[in-house]
Amino acid sequence: MPQRTPLYQNHVRAGARLVEFAGWEMPVQYEGLLAEHEAVRTRVGLFDVSHMGEVIFRGPKALEALSKVFTNDVGKIVDGQAQYGCLCRDTGGIVDDVVVYRRGAEDLLVCVNAGNRQKDFEWLASHAGGADVSNESDAWSQLALQGPLAAQLLQRLTKVNLSQLRSYRFAPGEVAGIACLVARTGYTGEDGFELFCEASKGPAVWDALLEAGKPEKIQPAGLGARDSLRLEMAYRLYGSDMDDSTTPLEAGLAWVVKLDKGDFVGRAALQRQREQGLAKKLVGFTLTDPGIPRHGYAVQQDGRKVGDVTSGTKSPSLGTSVGLAYVPTALAAEGSTFAVEIRDRAAAARVVKTPFYVRK
Amino acid sequence: MEIPQDLRYTREHEWARNKGGRIVVGITDFAQDQLGDVVYVELPDVGDPVKKGESFGVVESTKAVSELFAPISGKVLEVNAPLSDAPETINEDPYEEGWMIVIEPSDPKDLEALMDAKAYQAFVDEQAH
Repeated sequence: MPQRTPLYQNHVRAGARLVEFAGWEMPVQYEGLLAEHEAVRTRVGLFDVSHMGEVIFRGPKALEALSKVFTNDVGKIVDGQAQYGCLCRDTGGIVDDVVVYRRGAEDLLVCVNAGNRQKDFEWLASHAGGADVSNESDAWSQLALQGPLAAQLLQRLTKVNLSQLRSYRFAPGEVAGIACLVARTGYTGEDGFELFCEASKGPAVWDALLEAGKPEKIQPAGLGARDSLRLEMAYRLYGSDMDDSTTPLEAGLAWVVKLDKGDFVGRAALQRQREQGLAKKLVGFTLTDPGIPRHGYAVQQDGRKVGDVTSGTKSPSLGTSVGLAYVPTALAAEGSTFAVEIRDRAAAARVVKTPFYVRK
Repeated sequence: MEIPQDLRYTREHEWARNKGGRIVVGITDFAQDQLGDVVYVELPDVGDPVKKGESFGVVESTKAVSELFAPISGKVLEVNAPLSDAPETINEDPYEEGWMIVIEPSDPKDLEALMDAKAYQAFVDEQAH
């Protein structure tokens, strides 16, 4: 039996089509993927992301301990600030990509991917280093309010001064009278917020946002639009674009790997890989022939398989087919060309700069 | 859910319409609804042979790839070329503007072996439960 979030009944009432994703029964769409995608790009969309997990580091050792399992320099952020990075194995392989929210030096919330809740908690707990590590995933609801009109809508429901809340900052505050963490983060490339609240209060926050958002024509949005929105930004998806066998350097996440910050799990392997050079690299590409690239399709050069497509779609905003693929480093430069095998046909592709979509 | 009375249907959710002995083929309202927004379609060329129950093309929504299966055997007489630039037509009007190919049947009796509207309705109801 797949798990359900506290908002399951809200989705049923909203007419969602539900699918199983990472062990969760989740809305894949309500109105339709393209309508929801456009709503987020042009107005505001509301996602239930309560399937994401929350692992908390507490106590005097919290910051130090987390820093030892996290690739980014978490010592650089201040209270009320969030930071993206990876948890790595000794091999440099990625356990998960996560966002750390620093509520205090002795209270850090790690937001982890749904399918990795248990794996991450066990990994983090086994590297607790004297910190108190707890899995609070079931205690939280999490909603993502995303789009250019998200701030004006949310401001009507909260006293948190959103004009002072910059990207990757968060603050505690009430939304529609319910205690939340209001974070200016997201996975769509638009301005927007992620709201964390007590699990049982999620449905009330959801309903309040849908009601208050009528002037903005707020649209509930499902996992389908979440995936096409993130892919237009070339945001990586754990399980598709990276896993325990790929490193952040290969996945193009060198910007969240701070090798000189002090030791952390995976550092030596990543240092070595950086010195020796990468054999493969994740790149963004567009198809110049007709077709849609999909996860698992082969990348070919001269009729030989040289890599793998990890994500692909027809970009709703751009109208072109875009994707991410692991290719040999020699093919990773912008402008390089290769073929994607689509049903026994070789479709021409070109490496392009990412993100594919740039906010206007 | 629209299921026109005058068409024949497959278990893979294609419809077939007899138009003066030539068979027009598309996918059903149920199929387009299940697929979601159609964003890409790959159809055969005029003159290609098609074989009953075998793939003659592909339709893709933003999330999924779905093969198209020929309801009958024969030869492709016409292809709805405008679909490649406007695949959303398949969502908007699956039984008329969203038609995909016209087949010259090798055996006109093939059509009678397909489900009629009533049988297809029962088949869909069964799938939904």
